[in-house]
Amino acid sequence: MTGWLPGPITWQSFTLYFLVSVAFLLVILGYVTYAIYFERKVIGWMQGRHGPNRVGPLGLLQTVADVAKLLIKEDTIPKKAQRDLFILAPVISFVPSFVVLATIPFTETLYFADLNVGILYYVALSSISTIGIILGGWASNNKYALLGGMRSAAQMISYEIPLVISVVGVIMLSGSLQLSAIVEGQSGGFWNWNFLPQIIGFIVFIVAAVSELNRTPFDLPEAESELVAGYHVEYSGFRFAFFMLAEYVYVFAIASLTTVLFLGGWHPPFPFLDFIPGILWFLLKFSFVVFFLFWLRATFPRVRVDQLMGLGWKVLLPLSLVNIFITAIVYEIFFR
Amino acid sequence: MLYQNQYVIVAIFIVLGILLPVVALTLGRWLRPNKPVSEKLTTYESGNVPVGESHIRFNIRYYLFALMFVIFDVETVFLYPWAVAYQQLGLFALVEMLIFVSLLIVGLIYAWKKKVFKWS
Repeated sequence: MTGWLPGPITWQSFTLYFLVSVAFLLVILGYVTYAIYFERKVIGWMQGRHGPNRVGPLGLLQTVADVAKLLIKEDTIPKKAQRDLFILAPVISFVPSFVVLATIPFTETLYFADLNVGILYYVALSSISTIGIILGGWASNNKYALLGGMRSAAQMISYEIPLVISVVGVIMLSGSLQLSAIVEGQSGGFWNWNFLPQIIGFIVFIVAAVSELNRTPFDLPEAESELVAGYHVEYSGFRFAFFMLAEYVYVFAIASLTTVLFLGGWHPPFPFLDFIPGILWFLLKFSFVVFFLFWLRATFPRVRVDQLMGLGWKVLLPLSLVNIFITAIVYEIFFR
Repeated sequence: MLYQNQYVIVAIFIVLGILLPVVALTLGRWLRPNKPVSEKLTTYESGNVPVGESHIRFNIRYYLFALMFVIFDVETVFLYPWAVAYQQLGLFALVEMLIFVSLLIVGLIYAWKKKVFKWS
């Protein structure tokens, strides 16, 4: 994307960048709309139901109707809530979810900012969302919200460590933090994709990512049977919608990141399939990861809170550290 | 392609990320009703009248997790540059990193034995 306009930035190129980014934001909003629809449909089918089928043909306008409803709903801010922080919290949790997408390369030519610190940028920004969640829980001045916010923050910081360390193996193999360079290192068939040489890292990454997303089986912060709704219990209307939006944009971000880091990005599984454009391969792998998250939600029960922290610190963290040294030793023996 | 142009795009993304909530909530203010009643503005507590203060002291356990997080997050800050340069550094750097990580593992085992990760 940035390859079109070499040289210093001018007002024209700035306007063009801005318009393209706006278009991308609209694509993301469209994706979120239909990801929610697709999630409800898929889970419906897996449970032997139809899912949404009333609003529009095949229920396709269901989410649009839901968003319109949220937009015209009265916005109540409890009297005891800390008003400024209460308003700020959903914005803080949404902004990083969108900003991390700037560095994801979709194909060789379709990307926004090909930063040479790509992974670090993603990891650093995505942890800011935790602050938004804990702030929302605190500012609501509600017991359920405070408990949900605290749990959520504890869970997210605990699983962020294995998530970040499991990527170190990938960085060692490609010798770069730049996401496009990591994808380039995986070209030439699926046996070069990082999920095979980095199988431990891949599994740790997936489990930690599901937990980072607060999705089933790790959706304790939003456990409706014990905490009503968790940190966003006092939020209504569009402020609530921004928490949901942040969650689904993170699904997009994590699915893209998994594709880029472990599933070969835009590369086809076999070299002779090169004639199919890269973006289709990217979308195929991306959709599979998104489907996988929905599939988990329909299949798994929720883990208990005492098992949750144990899994993160006692299983995933040691595994991700061991993965680094296995990678290093295998590299020393076979590739040097 | 100038490298700093990439950060112009990042800045545009940040501005857009802030603009979307501002625009959507302003638009919503024109569309939505606003009839605050004092009952509506009370804190939700399953339909009961809220009891006591909500900003309670929370469990000390969360603080310990935050402490562990800081230690291992700093570790990753050291791991990342090491991993990028690993292919040039070779075996000596591997042994060094092994010593560094095993020191931290000792801390992890200590926390484990002190039952920090037990939730009861």
